[in-house]
Amino acid sequence: MTGQMFVQHFFNALTLGSLYALIAIGYTMVYGILRLINFAHGEIFMLGAYFIFYTGSLFNLPWVVGAVISIVLCALCGIMVDKVAYKPLRDAPRISALISSIGMSFLIQNLAIVVFSGIPKPVVRPDFFVKIMVIKGVRILPLAVIVPVVCFVLVLGLLFIVYKTKPGLAMRAISKDIETTRLMGVSVNRIIALTFGLGSALAAASGIMWALRYPQIQPLMGFMPGIKAFIAAVVGGIGSIHGAVIGGLILGFVEIMTVAFFPELSGFKDAFAFILLIVILLAKPTGLMGEKIEEKV
Amino acid sequence: MKALKVFSAVLLVFILVGSAFAADEIRIGVYEPMTGQNAFGGQLTVEGIKLAHEQAPEVLGRPVKLFIVDNKSDKVEAANAVKRLIDKEKVVAIIGSYGSSLSMAGGEVAEKSGIPCITDSATNPLVTQGKKYYFRMCFIDPYQGAAAATYAYNDLEARNAALLLDVAQDYSVGLGNFFKKAFVKMGGNIAGIYKYQSGDQDFTAQLTDAISKGADFLYIPSYFAEGAIIMKQARELGADFYIMGGDAMDNPDLVKIGGDAAEGFSYTTFPYAPEMPDMTKEAETFTKLWRDKYAGTDMSEPNANSALGYDCYMFVIDAIKRANSADPEKITEAFATAKDWPGVTGSTTINETHDAEKPVGIKVIVNGVQVYTASVQPEM
Repeated sequence: MTGQMFVQHFFNALTLGSLYALIAIGYTMVYGILRLINFAHGEIFMLGAYFIFYTGSLFNLPWVVGAVISIVLCALCGIMVDKVAYKPLRDAPRISALISSIGMSFLIQNLAIVVFSGIPKPVVRPDFFVKIMVIKGVRILPLAVIVPVVCFVLVLGLLFIVYKTKPGLAMRAISKDIETTRLMGVSVNRIIALTFGLGSALAAASGIMWALRYPQIQPLMGFMPGIKAFIAAVVGGIGSIHGAVIGGLILGFVEIMTVAFFPELSGFKDAFAFILLIVILLAKPTGLMGEKIEEKV
Repeated sequence: MKALKVFSAVLLVFILVGSAFAADEIRIGVYEPMTGQNAFGGQLTVEGIKLAHEQAPEVLGRPVKLFIVDNKSDKVEAANAVKRLIDKEKVVAIIGSYGSSLSMAGGEVAEKSGIPCITDSATNPLVTQGKKYYFRMCFIDPYQGAAAATYAYNDLEARNAALLLDVAQDYSVGLGNFFKKAFVKMGGNIAGIYKYQSGDQDFTAQLTDAISKGADFLYIPSYFAEGAIIMKQARELGADFYIMGGDAMDNPDLVKIGGDAAEGFSYTTFPYAPEMPDMTKEAETFTKLWRDKYAGTDMSEPNANSALGYDCYMFVIDAIKRANSADPEKITEAFATAKDWPGVTGSTTINETHDAEKPVGIKVIVNGVQVYTASVQPEM
């Protein structure tokens, strides 16, 4: 392993990790507020990729406009998912909502197969994203720099909303105690919808960037990244935004570096991600950045 | 009472006449995926079979009747289709199916009933393994893997090959192993064997390592969905090695998705294409028949699947002729002893494992078009 090779792997890992981080934030936000793992999150990510594909191929809209439309549509989809599958179950046992989210995930996947067809579609990428830069023999896609930067900016924006605005205050209050918050006159359902909207918008952003990085989309593309991002969220400490980012990056590095240092184990790339999950759960169940969870009685 | 007598008499006449007809005609079954995920290949195959039936509608002076059943790209349906063809339609031989897993499901049923079957394009060795009544019109994966190695070593002069295999697919792992065996035997070196799982989208780590090991050739016996992405990522990382795949890459979308990165990509396929050089007489005849029949439709150009379907039917007819009987046992025997039978997809000899030994075609993508460049006889 030469230094140059290592840097190449480093950038590959940074790109993948940032994408995981973006998806993981959505998981973490919804969990922090509702104590619900939203398994349909990976499907929203997939829809984000499809929306940008269709705005470009059907309506020939410029790329940036397409991205904005895709993010807005996905935010609406996320709110819809909440309205249809989770809101009626707010007072039901948590397991019901979890099962409902798995059902929602399959529903969206299969709808996508019917509507978009199962045949993979090629994504057209603006040259700006794919003009390869060669720096001292290391080949870097602009994306490898853009993705982490975008990820960083989005996370800052999100932290600002959560910690510096009224809705953010309401979100944090709900995550502490949903009943009391409701009694204080906060419209809980509206705040929860906002949470789903924000989380889904981030999923769309990562879906769009995923489609730029891996320019071929298909209806089941959200499944594995969704699971990986979920692991990332747990590793980082579910409920913590910083944790999701750190977890995502860790997962990206574990996957790429496993193959880089042990090419013969490349088939077990996914296994390492899951081993990491098990180790973290055994050693530190709350994750790296997680707070101690007190079971509410 | 009288009416009943007349009715019975009429019925009796009908039964006698009917059975006389039934004894006279030879019934051949076809089960192919006409709907579902494999419909594309199944439909083309069936059109080829129909075209052949038009050319040879009778054998031994008796008319041939085709019974075509849709197996819906589903294993359970495939088994049911074969059951129906044997029990209800009383066929003496069966053609099908596109797709190895479908053929395996149907083969279980046919084996119990002792009805000979021939598959058009199922390449997995397990389809005919240990089966007395199942045969195939195409090469098997080991053969295909060896052909890829032969072409890589002799024509592309590759000496240091990297393999990228999909560990979730037997097809991919099998082809990879056979490629490796043949390539090493010829004197080539294996730079590295890398793995991934179906559905993966990031191959940068594997490709970066292969590039650093100085690979001059990359073998990716995968499905085109991953294949196109692998090509793109390899070129983005600055790889200049040749990339080659297997018959599962034979898809018009490959160029659409791969774009510039697909340029120069080659893959092994069945030895027939309408644009192939030095066509045999049979291939010329078939191409002309097809073009005449389908001119102006969206199927105006024949492809390897339709050619294999055509060959299957003609092969069955030839076997009945050689057996001089429509008895399933005798047809099976005639299948097994076929030697140098001239088909559209090349000269066909059935070996003891019931596989067709025939050349392997190589297609290369040149200027965004898939071009048939060579037929290779692999060095096993």
